[in-house]
Order: sequence, then C-alpha cells, then structure tokens
Amino acid sequence: MSVSRFWRKIPQRYNLVGTKCTTCGRHFFPPRSLCPDCRRSGNIVDHQFTGEGSIVTYTVIRSASDQFEHTTPYALAVVELDEGPRLTTQVACPIEDIAIGMRVKSVFRRIAADGESGTIHYGTKFVPVE
Amino acid sequence: MRDVAVIGVGCTEFGEHWGISFRDLFVKAGALALEDAGVTGEKIDALYVGNMSAGRFVEQEHIGALIADYAGLATNNTPSTRVEAACASGGLAFRQAVTSVASGMEDIVVAAGVEKMTDVGTGASVDMLASAADREWEGFAGATFPGLYAMIANDYMHRYPLTREQLAQVAVKNHENGAKNPIAQFRNRITVETVLNSSLVADPLRLFDCSPITDGAAAVVVVPLERAREFTDSPVRVLASAQASDTISLHDRRDISTLDATVAAGKRAFAQAGLTHKDIDMVEVHDCFTIAEICAIEDLGFCKKGEAGRLTADGATALGGEIPVNTSGGLKACGHPVGATGIKQIYEIVSQLRGEAAGRQVDAEIGMAHNVGGTGATVVVHILGA
Repeated sequence: MSVSRFWRKIPQRYNLVGTKCTTCGRHFFPPRSLCPDCRRSGNIVDHQFTGEGSIVTYTVIRSASDQFEHTTPYALAVVELDEGPRLTTQVACPIEDIAIGMRVKSVFRRIAADGESGTIHYGTKFVPVE
Repeated sequence: MRDVAVIGVGCTEFGEHWGISFRDLFVKAGALALEDAGVTGEKIDALYVGNMSAGRFVEQEHIGALIADYAGLATNNTPSTRVEAACASGGLAFRQAVTSVASGMEDIVVAAGVEKMTDVGTGASVDMLASAADREWEGFAGATFPGLYAMIANDYMHRYPLTREQLAQVAVKNHENGAKNPIAQFRNRITVETVLNSSLVADPLRLFDCSPITDGAAAVVVVPLERAREFTDSPVRVLASAQASDTISLHDRRDISTLDATVAAGKRAFAQAGLTHKDIDMVEVHDCFTIAEICAIEDLGFCKKGEAGRLTADGATALGGEIPVNTSGGLKACGHPVGATGIKQIYEIVSQLRGEAAGRQVDAEIGMAHNVGGTGATVVVHILGA
C-alpha cells in the first residue's frame, strides 16, 4: 500500500473514527461519505466509536498472502460495534478461544509492513473483554 | 428487444498451462468457438472479453485490443471490450454480448473469458484474489478470499443444520463430475475423508473445499435467434440474462449467509424467462468454495435455507439427481481461471442441451448459470433453453 493511501486514513485506522448521518442517525464504520439510505438528503459527520462490540462470525487464517504469512495462524472476525456497523478485524487472542457472540474491544496494534524497509501499517485489532 | 441464441462454443482444457501464454489460451478457445459456430472472423461484429486481472497476473492491461489483434481481427478494426467484475467477469462478458445483440446494435458477437494465473506464486495469487473483496477494509486487516468464505461457513453452520461431512460431499460430487469432463483440471475421484484429511486453509474450510488456481479460456458466439439457423441446426436460446449488485464487503451484508445479489439476480432471471426453479433441468453454480455451492442452491430457490447440505448428501444434486448441480465439475474440479469461469458455465450448459456431454450427460432442455464476483457483490444469472 502506498504511503499516501495509508496516511489519508490514519485517524480511521488508528482510532476507529468513522462517520454518522445526522439525517437518519445511522453510523458507518468503515466510514462512508454518502449515506446509502438518505443519499443526497443525508449529512455526514465524523464519529468516534467506543470500540466495543461482539463477534458475528470468525475464521482462523492458516494460509495468508505474503504480507501476513509470518503471522499465521491468526483469528479474523466480523465484529458488530455497539453503535451498529460491522467491520472485519483480527482478534488478538488464543485461536482456540474465539467464538461467535464473544464480547471484544478495540486496541491499537501493528497490522503488517510493506517488506523490510517500507511503511509499517498500524491499525485496530480487537481483544476479548475481560 | 430481439431474442438471442448461442450458435457455437469452445473451451481450452483447464489446468496449469506452463507452456501456453495468456494470448494463446484465448486464441485457442476463440478458434474452437468459431469452428463450432461455422463463422469466419471477418463476420464478427464485436468481442467482449471477461478478464479479472491480467494487469497483476501477467502485467498486461488493454486486453480488448490485445485479444482482437492476436485473434486476427485488428486488420478488420473489430471493436473489442474487456469486461471486469472479479470472478463474475466471464458471466458479465456474456451478458454484454447478449445485451448488444438483443438491442440490435450488433449481430454476430463473441463473448469470451480468459485468465492466466500460474505465472505468479501462490502468495501473490492469494493477495490478488483478495482484491475481489474490499481492499481497504477487509484485505488491510488480513482477510484472504478463502477466509471470507470461511466466515460465511461458520455463520451458516452456527445457524443452520450443515455437517462438516455434508459440506465435504459438495467437493466429492464435483470431483465425480470432473472425472467425466475432458477439459477438467482435476479428473480424479475423492472421498469425504480426502476432504476432511486435507490441510486447513481457513477454519472450517480445508484445501479440498477450495477451487484451485487455474489457467484457461472459453468463448461462445451469439447471434439474433432469427439468424441462428443460418449457422446451426441446434441453436441454444438465451431465455434470461440478469445481474445484481450488493455491498463490496462481506461485513456490510444484510445477512452473512445469504447472497442477496444471488436472490435478486435469480428472481429477475426467472421473471424474464417466465419460469420457476421446477423448470430448470441442470444448474452450473459458482462453487469457488464448497459453502458457496450450498448457499447458491438455496439462494437461487432450489430449496429452503438450511436444506442444501441434506440435499447434497442425498444425491439430489448429483448427475442422476433431481437437480444436477455443476455437471462440469464446477469451479472445484473443472478449475477456476477466474475470468473464464462464467463463459465455461455457458459452454457446459450448451454442451448438455445439445446432448454432447458424453459420460456426464443429463436429460436437460433448460439450464441455468450462476456466476459470482467477490463474496457476492456481483452476481450474474443466465437461463438457456434448447
């Protein structure tokens, strides 16, 4: 991923800043600049998510692309945030512990890197709520 | 709108073609289709070529022109258009050809699909295929394509009765059919144990739940139905051509285990043709993973949600069954050169409806093709009739 492509979404990737439509109240993460319900009648503003949610479904990745191969096996999940939207994330926990319905919260983690000398991609993973 | 018919089909063997280039794969399939149709190159009004990612697989863009050139059509200045919708590129290329002929804009049109995947390593392929989903918000987190379908499988198995053995039976049945298909990548029979003993790729999906990486090309020729008899005694009519979109990301779907775009495209196709699922004699569905075939059978309306596993285990989707599914061997056994798959589905249905499917022949007058891009963000459904 090029530096500018990564950099322009740093608040979203690091701090779980998404968006909200003030017309209908629907929240979006990943962020959207157009509300699919209200379209041009919508009004989109940034929204800071609390980072708490539940696992909707999951898998354990055993075979990954070159960028992630050294971290296999890792748990990947669709998490539904308490505000409503769903996202795809890694869950940093022992792979045998992950389960549908598990409560999780967001944490700041290293995700991947572009080779030996390229950009290090930080972002959000989730961990089980104690 | 004019009625449209398929008058010729051609397909390369699917497999690892180390010795054949991207362009030569296409030329081979195109020549077979024209030979079958009894059409010469200068008669062709247009080409539509399905291709997902020659840019990353063989570092070549501008596929339309390349194909026209090496098919010997550059001197005729024949228009040629590349069509891309990830793994649904082939089905969508066919739909573009059908739309063009139906509209009256063009008369003799070639729809083709081609993909050359083995010129890059497996890691690069996995990364490339993840581009069919949301690169920024799924791929960035470490989602692989098998991983996304694995999350569909876990959601499905959490909510509906589907055993690991029933899921494996999808692959067993497709290998059984592939063993009878001379163009199939895998012509070996397997057992449920083969699947269950293969390595985990993304839980619960194992290696034998996944379609392979494949090189291949396929081409078909379509004309207005009123002209079809000029070329062939056995034209195959296009009874419906439908397409639907859904969210690019799996996490944004209304229901993780239902491909709403399949439901929508299926309903639109049945409405266009004036038919129901009971009229369909065979169906080629997009089984990029075993769970995808389970979802497709249900989402197209052949049974209720949660019943496809039992249907498969009971043999209803096998060659002699109530509704044969993937007589070609499907993506699993026939192979999955992503851009070519949708055209190969049309090739298989035409072969079946013309009674040319030899050892895998079923009794069929009406067939359906179901081609999926990504995890269900694009779905193309066609119904063909003898």
